Order: sequence, then structure tokens, then C-alpha cells
Amino acid sequence: MNRSFLFGVVAGLLLYFPGASAEDVVMARCALAFPEAMLVLQESIRDHGYTVARVQRIDIGLTGMGYKTDKYRIVFAGKAEEIRYLTENAPQLIPYLPPKISIFAEGEQTILVTSHPKLYAEIAGAAIDPVIFERWTNDLYSIFHDVRMAE
Amino acid sequence: MAHCAACHGDQGDGGVGVPLALPAFLESVDDSFLRTTIRLGRPGRVMPAFSTLSDAQVDALVGHIRGWSGKPEPVFAPTPVKGDAQHGKELFAKYCASCHGEMGEGGSGTGVTFSRRRKLPIIAPALNNPGFLAAASDEMIKHTLEFGREGTPMRSFLVQGLSEQDINDLVSAIRSMEDSEYTGSRPEVTLDEAVIITESPYTLEETIENLKESIISQNFLLIRTDYLEHGLVEEGKEDKRQVILHFCNFKLLFDALAIDPRVGMFLPCRVTVVEREGKVLVMTINPMYLSHLFNNDELDEACKQMHGIYNEILEDATL
Repeated sequence: MNRSFLFGVVAGLLLYFPGASAEDVVMARCALAFPEAMLVLQESIRDHGYTVARVQRIDIGLTGMGYKTDKYRIVFAGKAEEIRYLTENAPQLIPYLPPKISIFAEGEQTILVTSHPKLYAEIAGAAIDPVIFERWTNDLYSIFHDVRMAE
Repeated sequence: MAHCAACHGDQGDGGVGVPLALPAFLESVDDSFLRTTIRLGRPGRVMPAFSTLSDAQVDALVGHIRGWSGKPEPVFAPTPVKGDAQHGKELFAKYCASCHGEMGEGGSGTGVTFSRRRKLPIIAPALNNPGFLAAASDEMIKHTLEFGREGTPMRSFLVQGLSEQDINDLVSAIRSMEDSEYTGSRPEVTLDEAVIITESPYTLEETIENLKESIISQNFLLIRTDYLEHGLVEEGKEDKRQVILHFCNFKLLFDALAIDPRVGMFLPCRVTVVEREGKVLVMTINPMYLSHLFNNDELDEACKQMHGIYNEILEDATL
């Protein structure tokens, strides 16, 4: 089969079945080891005006049950007034709240992962002014930048 | 770098993604392979399609990756390799399927994340993937079969005793995977299905107690029950009509992390109970909806299972 034709067919299929795009999941790699990266992450979240509501220690639960794992935490964060506004006006978003960031060790480095805030905007629909999610997006990239650049 | 390093590492030494800087890798792929891979990704195999990057950005990325080898790109003739695909399939079953899968579907898990359980030091590529088949020329595949990839379990088939004709037959068998049923299309989950939601005929308190029983009956450990606003507002001032039950099955969790270490977005398992205008609603995320973000067929399957469990928990608690 002609390769340029094949490329066209595959590209067409992928466009027809759009699936995941590279922007759906926001990730960052940090040169810091996990404990330091965790501190920088929480500090940056607070500096951006958000409250760290809870840290779920996934690795502690796993090791407690006898499974081997590296450090893995989930950081839940938000602004109380925004979360309350969203739960009141877009109840379909409730199971996704408060927003969270996964942080886990990758050898001597650390990886951060979260969903792009457009996920929340899509689920919330027209009931919510998209400005909130645009601000979340800017803040999220800024927070990830802080962690990535930290030394 | 902002696009790739999170998975492939700042220096291309791998992670969630494969180690691009591996000398044997860069010696066996041309720039066209890299360029097409960036553009199309690997449908269903974690690597996303970077369709919005400009050609100049893609070229810059390819140049950066190529720079890790310090050598010029290999040149492969564009002519198709002619072989006996049927014989190649027999050889594939004997020599390749144990790592690449019977249908060329590739190994399990992601990249070289050693902090997670894995069977091989590097994931075996999915040879039947439309992204791979579009990116790899016949001659490029042949080169890899002939010379292997040092630093990975992929060994030279010439050294293992196969003839050049055998290798040509294998190339034809791999190329014939273009005709397989696997298209790389993702399961359709619409926005309406982003949330699993059920109305409970019971009071908020009764529903919470029912849920606890239902969660335990599904072999989950109840971790904690708290208000959605816990930690966000002063203690005692939370909205008491929004309650989250956190629970976990550590075996399922461990298996999920082995499939894709990024699954924290699903964690921990939670059910939220909300009382509104006299109605009690029980809600969870739909893992199948979130799964579409990850471009990972294995994760899709796990999320389908979890979707069923969430449904059963909700049904049991609200019967």
C-alpha cells in the first residue's frame, strides 16, 4: 500500500475518532525528589489563592496492605466560594469536586498529573461562566511551572 | 520539552513514555518515523497525537531528539519489503508473540516506570497499532529485526538464526496487520455519561448507611466519610448536605497503577451523597468518561469494570 496514502487514511481515521488529545491531561516533570516537590506544590497552590483541602496518601494505604509502591499522593484543592458556587449551579460537577492533582515519585524525580480544567467546563456546561475555568487553567499551568522550575 | 519531558524524561531516558535517547532506538528509526509518531501518536497506547503543533515545532522536537544520539539519522529505502506474510505469521507466533502479543497488540503497562510493577524493562511496542504502521517503513522494521535494539529485550533475529528471507516474511506479516480489525478508535462515552447518578428513596443518613454496607459488600474498604467542603472551610461550617464516602480495594488500585501510573485522577474511589430540595442524590464520576483522556485501551477495560462496580454500589444502596 502506498505509504502517503496510508498516512492519509490513518490521519483521517484519527480525526474521525478524535479520542484523547495531548492537551486533555496536563503533566509536568520536576527535577526535585518527591518530598521537596510536594512542598513546592502545596506552597504554590496556596500562593495562587487556593486552599489545600486534603492530601490522600495512596502509597501509605498500598504499603500498609503489603503492596510495593513508590510515593504517590493526591492533593485536593480549591477556593471554598468557587466550590460552593459550582455545587449550587452545576450539580453534575459535584462528583469531580474538589479538583485534585496527582503527584508521584519517578525515581529521583517527581511527576505531576491532572486533568485540563476544560474537563470541568465541559461537564458544567452553560450554567457556569467559563471564566472560572479559564482562571483555573492559567493558575494550573502557573503552579506546574513553579514546581517544574523549583531547584 | 514541555510537551514530551513529563513522560519521556528531560534527557529522553524514559518514564511513562519510552526512553527516546536509547542509542539503539535512535539508530533504528528515521526522522520520518519520529515526525509521524508525534503527529498521530499511538491510538489506545498512551502516546497522544500532537495534532496542534506546527510543522516547525515538530521539526524542532525531532531535531532535539535526534541530537541525543550525536549521529545522523539512518536512511531507509522507501520500497516495500517483499515476503511471504503467511510464513511470517508462523515465525511471528514463534519468535515475537511472547513479547508483542499474538495479534501484535504489544506489552502491558507504560514506559519504564520502575516504581511500578512490570514484566520487562521496556514495554514491547504494539506492532498492529495504526500509528506505528503509518510511521514505520518496511525497511525500518527490517533493520530492527536484523539488528535488534541493544538495551531492550529485542534481539537480532540474524543472530538467532533466521535468514534474510525469514525476516522479509516477518516484515510482510507485520505490514499485513494493517488489515486487522484494530483501528485504534476509542469507546464512545458522551458528555451525558460523565456522571453516574441515582435518586435515593431514603433519607441522607439512611442512604449513607446503605452505601457503607454496599461498599463493603463489593469488597472495598471504607476509608473515610466526610463533607465535600471538608478542609476548604472552617470545621463545623461545611455544607452538611454534601457527603463523600471514600473507599478502596487495594488490589484493584495496585493493578490500575500498573496499567497507568497517572490514574490518580480516578482516586480514591468515592461516592458523593447530596440532599437537595427534599431529594437525595447519589453520584460518582464515570470512570469510562475520564478514561477517554488517557488514550489507553487497557485502562478503558479496567474503567469499564469499575463503572459496573459503581453502578452496583449505587443500585444496592438505593433499592
